[in-house]
Amino acid sequence: MAERLLFFLLALIVVSTAVGVVTNRNPVRSALLLVANFFSLALLYFLLSAQFLGVLQIIVYAGAIMVLFLFVIMLLNLGSPEPATFSEQGYRRPLAWLIALGMFALLVSQALVVAGTPPAQADPQVGTARTIGYALFTEWSFAVVVVGVLLTVGVIGSILLARRRSA
Amino acid sequence: MTLVDLGWALLRIAIMLGFLLGTLPLVIWLERRALAWFQCRVGPNRLGPFGLLQPMADAAKLFFKEEIVPANADRLIWALAPALSLFPALVAAATIPWGPNRLLTPVADVDIGLLYFLAMSSLAAYGVLLAGWSSNNKYSLLGGLRASAQVISYELGMGLALATAILASGSLRMTSIVEMQAEPLWGVVPFLHNWLIFTPWGLVGGALFFICMLAETNRAPFDLPEAESELVAGYQTEYSSMKFAAFFMGEYIAIIAICAIMTTCFLGGYLAPVNFSPIQTLAETQGGVFSVLATITVALMPPIWFLLKVFGLVFSFIWIRATLLRLRYDQLMNLGWRFLIPVGLVNLALLVVYIVFGWVPALVGYALVAGLYFATVGARRPPKRTVELVSQAQPYRPKEAHLG
Repeated sequence: MAERLLFFLLALIVVSTAVGVVTNRNPVRSALLLVANFFSLALLYFLLSAQFLGVLQIIVYAGAIMVLFLFVIMLLNLGSPEPATFSEQGYRRPLAWLIALGMFALLVSQALVVAGTPPAQADPQVGTARTIGYALFTEWSFAVVVVGVLLTVGVIGSILLARRRSA
Repeated sequence: MTLVDLGWALLRIAIMLGFLLGTLPLVIWLERRALAWFQCRVGPNRLGPFGLLQPMADAAKLFFKEEIVPANADRLIWALAPALSLFPALVAAATIPWGPNRLLTPVADVDIGLLYFLAMSSLAAYGVLLAGWSSNNKYSLLGGLRASAQVISYELGMGLALATAILASGSLRMTSIVEMQAEPLWGVVPFLHNWLIFTPWGLVGGALFFICMLAETNRAPFDLPEAESELVAGYQTEYSSMKFAAFFMGEYIAIIAICAIMTTCFLGGYLAPVNFSPIQTLAETQGGVFSVLATITVALMPPIWFLLKVFGLVFSFIWIRATLLRLRYDQLMNLGWRFLIPVGLVNLALLVVYIVFGWVPALVGYALVAGLYFATVGARRPPKRTVELVSQAQPYRPKEAHLG
């Protein structure tokens, strides 16, 4: 019971901060709401006994990537609360509404399908670092290697971009 | 969860917060007095015995100060920043065991304990960053930007250093990391504990972690975010009254928490330095009053050892602050990215060599890497220059010069 209450509270926070991210006109506040969103999403992961995923969500997204986002926003001084002006061409707004409503309809239809069934009980061992590490380095080792290559290419590319001016 | 469990959990939280908030004035007092001793001053010695009540007086003063909000500050974020700086510091210590009794400590013995600490300490950048931005002051902004760049850079080195502790103990759980270190030293010396710092990988990892934790807590010689000679006071320039006090508290609580992590991961946690106790043997042979004494020491000594180690580390923080000069910004970044991270990676690789192939290849690997380093980098180092003017401009002359 307490768990369900916690879930609805966190879900409310996650959804409202997500709406806040796209409606807020101040970039810094928008980024901060995104941090809150990531943090409460991590708490939702904890509720699903996916602790490792949750803590990585905080370390990587809330702790590192969003600090970089805020860093860049502040460095470019985008924080001034002047409303940004978008060039709104005729088809963009209806298209955005269409895509958003379509995704929402998809989500609602899927939620309605599973609404009646009782929630599945997760195995408490499924979210531990040991289980995830074992799966990653046995069953999915090829994917891990590919992602490693991709990240290396990304690092080399960013170094090249940064060095182009000085070389 | 029953009500009894809830009660124990609340007690654990109360003990942890009580410990952190209770030692805080002591640490602030220690810093002021010790810095004064290092600089041949007296320091605050008026209020209470040895000036021990000085932090209380400071707190009372700050409480009654006027709070000044800068013009054009983003008020909401400006008020939020001190709280965001205090919160991660207060909760980061939740997985640290300070004694063997699992009912009293740690607050939550989760199997991602070390990652939880990394997550909370990575959130600490927000308080500083937002304080710098929302103050609408260029010095504050520069301080905040420096702080965030520094914290991100040194987090990687810190993660690599902590990874040695994780690999060596085979667990992310803090209590398992301590229990692993309770084994005999190197598996052969029965009267000493196998602290991680006594192994080559632990020594390198511990040294890396020590450097990184100085940088993570923005302490000298890495205190560029609040470099008073160039940035006034950095991100906290515009803060006064209790909001300033919140930053101050957050900084010192973060120091205590990170020293506790270093103690747990590398210095054997709450374990005593030696693995024998004369009182215990006396209790077994004589009984009587000695068995009572033995029970008391078994209950009391682990937290005391833990506290002693933490305070030793805090004192080394103060010592370093009084000794070393502040780094330049490019030196700071070079140290983090081009020295600490490569060293951490090589150290981790050699630890894996030990785990897979045993200690002989690992020691050979350490010797090879050290030899290679000194043969290549050490040989390339430019010869030491002698500058006449430096010795002449020294403020402290040799004794004869004073006498003569």
